[in-house]
Amino acid sequence: MKYLHLIWAELFRRKTRTILTLVSILAAFLLFGMLNGVRESFDQAGQSAQGAKRLQTGSRLSFIDTLPLSLNDRIARTDGVTAVTYANWFGGAYQDARNQIFSFAVAPNYLDLYPEIEVDPAQRQAFAQTRTGILVGEGLMKRFGWKVGQKIPLLSTIFPNRDGSKNWSFDIVGVMKPKDKAAGGWYDQMLLMHWKYFDESSPYNRGSVGWYVSGVGDVNQADRVAKAIDSLSANSDHETKTQTEAAATASWMKQMADIGLIVGSIMGAVFFTLLLLTGNTMAQAVRERIPELAVLKTLGFSNGSVLGLVLAESVLLVLIGGVLGLGLAALLGPVLSAGSGGVINMPPVGARSWAMGLGLMLAIGLLVGALPALRAMRLNIVDALTGR
Amino acid sequence: MGILKSFLRGLGLFLLVIVGIGAWLALPWPFLLGLVVIFLAWMFFTRRGRQTGSVTQVGLSTLGQRIGSSSVIVIGIAGVVAVLVALLAMAEGYRETLRKSGGEDSAIVLRGASAAEVMSTLMHDSVNVIGQAPGIARDAQGRALVSPELVVAANLPIKGGLPDEDGSVQLRGVGEAAWTVRPNVKITAGRKFSTGRRELVAGSGAQRQFAGLEPGKQIRLGNQTWDVVGIFHSGDAMDSELWGDAEVVATTYRRGSSRTSVTAKLVSADAFKGFKETLSKDPRLDVDASTTLDYFSKQSEGMTKVIRIIGMVVGGIMAIGAVFGALNTMFATVATRAREIATLRAIGFRGVPVVVAVMLETMLLALLGGLLGGVLAWLIFNGFTASTIAGGVGQLTFEFKVSPEVLWTGIKWALAIGFVGGLFPALRAAQLPVTEALRAA
Repeated sequence: MKYLHLIWAELFRRKTRTILTLVSILAAFLLFGMLNGVRESFDQAGQSAQGAKRLQTGSRLSFIDTLPLSLNDRIARTDGVTAVTYANWFGGAYQDARNQIFSFAVAPNYLDLYPEIEVDPAQRQAFAQTRTGILVGEGLMKRFGWKVGQKIPLLSTIFPNRDGSKNWSFDIVGVMKPKDKAAGGWYDQMLLMHWKYFDESSPYNRGSVGWYVSGVGDVNQADRVAKAIDSLSANSDHETKTQTEAAATASWMKQMADIGLIVGSIMGAVFFTLLLLTGNTMAQAVRERIPELAVLKTLGFSNGSVLGLVLAESVLLVLIGGVLGLGLAALLGPVLSAGSGGVINMPPVGARSWAMGLGLMLAIGLLVGALPALRAMRLNIVDALTGR
Repeated sequence: MGILKSFLRGLGLFLLVIVGIGAWLALPWPFLLGLVVIFLAWMFFTRRGRQTGSVTQVGLSTLGQRIGSSSVIVIGIAGVVAVLVALLAMAEGYRETLRKSGGEDSAIVLRGASAAEVMSTLMHDSVNVIGQAPGIARDAQGRALVSPELVVAANLPIKGGLPDEDGSVQLRGVGEAAWTVRPNVKITAGRKFSTGRRELVAGSGAQRQFAGLEPGKQIRLGNQTWDVVGIFHSGDAMDSELWGDAEVVATTYRRGSSRTSVTAKLVSADAFKGFKETLSKDPRLDVDASTTLDYFSKQSEGMTKVIRIIGMVVGGIMAIGAVFGALNTMFATVATRAREIATLRAIGFRGVPVVVAVMLETMLLALLGGLLGGVLAWLIFNGFTASTIAGGVGQLTFEFKVSPEVLWTGIKWALAIGFVGGLFPALRAAQLPVTEALRAA
């Protein structure tokens, strides 16, 4: 620590070069912060403690196929199931068929199974009492500028209304907020309506259910309960497939895109380039300073401490740039999300990103500093001083 | 006063660069070619130009001594271009796969306000009415080329996935007409499915993605067993689908006689207007007709845009890093060559040739980097297959396509980075005080 002043002075010996290099490092870690956040939010989708406690039962044939309502009571009686609810995919869109909204028609007790969604008790009460009522995610409200109490038309891209038109009208009675801001990108964009209203108004649904969600008391029993639920309908023409919510979401995300691979290859290219760039700066810095380093050695600095000085300088360089870059990513994320009105949802830079980022900074700093530091360590004092 | 002046000059220069880069990236290639021609003419036919040539030559001949730091520019820019080209190639491949699936002389009819085929429902009567619309082409026997189809999704085990891991695939129930409406769909192995049986043929893309899709094997759809009897290839989005007999698919999915879409081959592209008009005026129908080109282009619109924006943002941030890397290198180059440049100035070379020479050197290095990155991306990613969920239902397999346009964009970016990275060091070189630089060690 007592050499910090010396290292700092050496680092800013050539201000232009150091600052230019810092900006490059900053850009690399800004990218890292943003991309890693996206990767993690994909990885962790559905991986909450609540997600492991919920089972999703859908048709084995395909996710667009429906299940009979009669299964509800039979699932509820299955050993290990604490509660069961159901939902249908509504396929709603606002104004234009391409403004699609995650909209579900759900059973009255749906929210009981999702304690991570926060709804004001009075609004929840209003929802229960309004046949055409809907609950809307906070982000979605902002995206379209809706207000509680407003009547809105939605068109369903799948189901016509009973009068043959595609327009359905709903009353917004409440707002859903994710309890944990960091984990709740999904609930923010969701819209819930009454399954009963949906079923009665659509001539095609006739009492069918898209999927069941059941809560299990003991997470370790989840696999056994899932098998028990599937055996209820084995060999019928409505075979089911039951998975934990976590597994179902993970499989869906994996089908969307192999984010890990994409982010991995981009970051590989970025860090390879960065390594080269910073390596060049450090090599230049040491080359210029050979006589000075020789003087240090003459004064009695050991080979080891000269090695340490150069390594510390390169680690410090990468650390300053990296921390600034990650910090900028942390600042920019919310600004981008707010600026886009909920269309882009940049996840915040989490503790894990910081830990991984700091690890990378140390590793890159050491790697980049290694060759110049070895060169500085092996300096022959006499040769260096005479400029040979 | 002096500070204000230099600040204003810096600001002006900065704005000029920003505008220049924007124009450079946006302008079409004929205009840029014109710029290059004018520049070359200047190089060869004016005194200053020829001076520039010789200064550049001196610079390039000493490049070997600066190989380490110069490679930073080349590799830095290669990295940016490789990532940018790869992402753009992904967007391009996705768009191309879907665009190829449609044409201007065929139409697809869906129920109104349906975003994709799988969400639509057309009753049997409607299907018949649609088949009688004018403008539909007929085959040699005089039958209308109309294919009513039932598109659903099916869960199948993914190749190389966990034991119980399913993926979603689009299953299209078709009749005999589907093969004539889409002449590009060819059976490559096995045979076509036979009518009325639980048999299906799989697209080559679907075969790559899902387990058990080999002719002669059986797959399970729900509680039913289906025989895979053949493999087809079409080179477009159909490749990611399974095809079976529409009646049998309808039975399995309890859809009765309804269908999801009607695809019709039209007499010509001009016939579409009349076709659409007739359908929209018919009081018995509530349908949307669009050309298949339009339909599939719209399907790819959102995704392509998202990938392109991601590519630009990631490429942009990387480019900023690369610009500063290039600046660093070129400042160092100018510093090491200070004496040489000062000598040139002392024997009568003007500022402009020196500025242009330094910039030329940087841009040559940048061009090299751009080419390297482009070639790398082409080698690794051209034809690389990826898949995503498309149309809301099934896996769509597509190939990355490193097209000439995409490569050209990469080269343009590389040159822009080289331009900015060379400009400021070049100005520094021109402003070097001659006497001081000559005296410097």
